[in-house]
Amino acid sequence: MSTLWFRRSNKGIQTDTKEKKETPDGLWHKCSECRTTITQQELADNMYICPKCDYHNRINAKEYFEILFDDGAFTELFENIRAIDKLGFVDVKPYKDRLVAAQKSTGLGDAMTVGVGKLDGRDLVIACMNFNFIGGSMGSVVGEKIARGIDYAIQHKLPFMIISKSGGARMMESAFSLMQMAKTSAKLTQLSKAGLPYISFMTDPTTGGVTASFAMLGDINIAEPKALIGFAGPRVIKETLKKDLPPGFQRSEFLLEHGFLDFVVNRKNLKTELSHCLTWFMEGKK
Amino acid sequence: MQFLDFEKPLEDLVSQLDKLQSIADKNKMDMSASVRQLEQTIEETRSEIYKNLTPWQRVQLSRHPERPYTNYYISKICSTFTELFGDRNVKDDKAIVGGLADIDGQQVMIIGHQKGTNTKQRQIRNFGMANPEGYRKALRLMKLAEKFNRPIVTFIDTPGAYPGLEAEERGQGEAIARNIYEMVNMRVPVICIIIGEGASGGALGIGVGDKVVMLENTWYTVISPENCSSILWRSWDYKVQAAEQLKLTSEDMSAFGLVDDVLKEPVGGAHYKPEEMALSIKRYILDTIKELEQTDADQRIEKRIEKFSSMGFFEETEA
Ligand SMILES: [Zn+2]
Repeated sequence: MSTLWFRRSNKGIQTDTKEKKETPDGLWHKCSECRTTITQQELADNMYICPKCDYHNRINAKEYFEILFDDGAFTELFENIRAIDKLGFVDVKPYKDRLVAAQKSTGLGDAMTVGVGKLDGRDLVIACMNFNFIGGSMGSVVGEKIARGIDYAIQHKLPFMIISKSGGARMMESAFSLMQMAKTSAKLTQLSKAGLPYISFMTDPTTGGVTASFAMLGDINIAEPKALIGFAGPRVIKETLKKDLPPGFQRSEFLLEHGFLDFVVNRKNLKTELSHCLTWFMEGKK
Repeated sequence: MQFLDFEKPLEDLVSQLDKLQSIADKNKMDMSASVRQLEQTIEETRSEIYKNLTPWQRVQLSRHPERPYTNYYISKICSTFTELFGDRNVKDDKAIVGGLADIDGQQVMIIGHQKGTNTKQRQIRNFGMANPEGYRKALRLMKLAEKFNRPIVTFIDTPGAYPGLEAEERGQGEAIARNIYEMVNMRVPVICIIIGEGASGGALGIGVGDKVVMLENTWYTVISPENCSSILWRSWDYKVQAAEQLKLTSEDMSAFGLVDDVLKEPVGGAHYKPEEMALSIKRYILDTIKELEQTDADQRIEKRIEKFSSMGFFEETEA
């Protein structure tokens, strides 16, 4: 562990000096945990993990699909489903405007992208949340895309995976967002009856209604290191208890310790581990 | 009788009536005509106030300190009730009660959130905020009902699942998720009745059924108006607006197709005529069980999945 760490950080320093002159401003990344500075390219090459402290930076569907699908090749499904503001919800800003802004800044229709592709040669449907779209909040589109992803998996007899990354329910869709918990769970029962595996992969953060529905319902529940995973947010709990929370509270390792995760996996080993699991689940099945 | 702020005209009239009656008693006078007239004015005023309740006023009613809770309805509608305790794992959660119930010869499993009726009880019941063991007790009882082919009735009345340290340690999210998942596939009829507050996952954790019904003056949505105000407006001062924006009333929820039925409350609210409310709930339960038993278990489950799967709004543009 320590040699690996040493080697990597050494390499980091070398590329550092070499590329410094050629890299324009804004292409640097400073680790939010250990303040180590590397180029964006180095960060991307390292799967957005800090080479020094192993901090897993938040990434979205685009990056996960690149990491997991063979040669980064996949077909996006249901990409034309987009959120609308049926309730005419207005807080300090109309929900309609929030949607337009999020769709414009991310180029996404909503906080969920579904792709089908091969992982080590085996077909797999992955539904991945995009935290950059209104905090990865779960509204009707997230639920619908999961539902259709499950239908697709059942139709093609494929394993199904959800990568969760969400602050929870999307309040601006009110009870409709709440009902996505029931909707996605109901669809998962169909997947289960079809005998197909569901892998729930939780990343930082996975909270609220997402945790209280599909994220916790995997045939296996796995998570990235140190991801915040919980039902109530730490701020709310702290306010309720009026005391500080213990270190590591609601992090992946905490959940593993309390029996709610099957294992915690480094992003670098994710594909290999998934491949083993999928072999176990799917071998001999067609 | 406690009055809410919007019931002020009513409160004034009732205190007038009290005065009138005490004067009549003291002076041994027959003032029955005036009393009758005032009583009529009171009822008219009550009807007028309750004709046009705002979403926030309904939220207030759902939390009225005299509002009947699960145990009240159990005591009124069941000829026998044997309470069952514990999740067989950690402890007994007193924020959720449940047990073997007999309603006019119909055996059912009743499970519901329970709030306290005085300061001490409110603490014991944790204000109706369940921990994971509450949801796991509920699931244990539901499985028992399924095993012995008895319909399940749940009473929902919670400001939310408890946001506590131990709750997280013991998997609050997993407990709620598991219940939702398992309720989808219960082979017996499931009726869920929102009798007060229907807050978020804490409500949905015992809220997946063939029929989900709201009493008229209850609310059901993803977050309380106060917390919504705090998060979206970054201030506690916008609860009234939040209540309006969330469209959390029985009328809205029914119009959206997110609940199946609405049970009218007596004018003045469930707490004003609780026995009348209980009777109406009892009738609804018995009639609905009969209706649900017309279809077989597989069809009920399929219909349940279809119902929840169709919830949501979005647009689908051309490729
Ligand atoms: Zn770092």
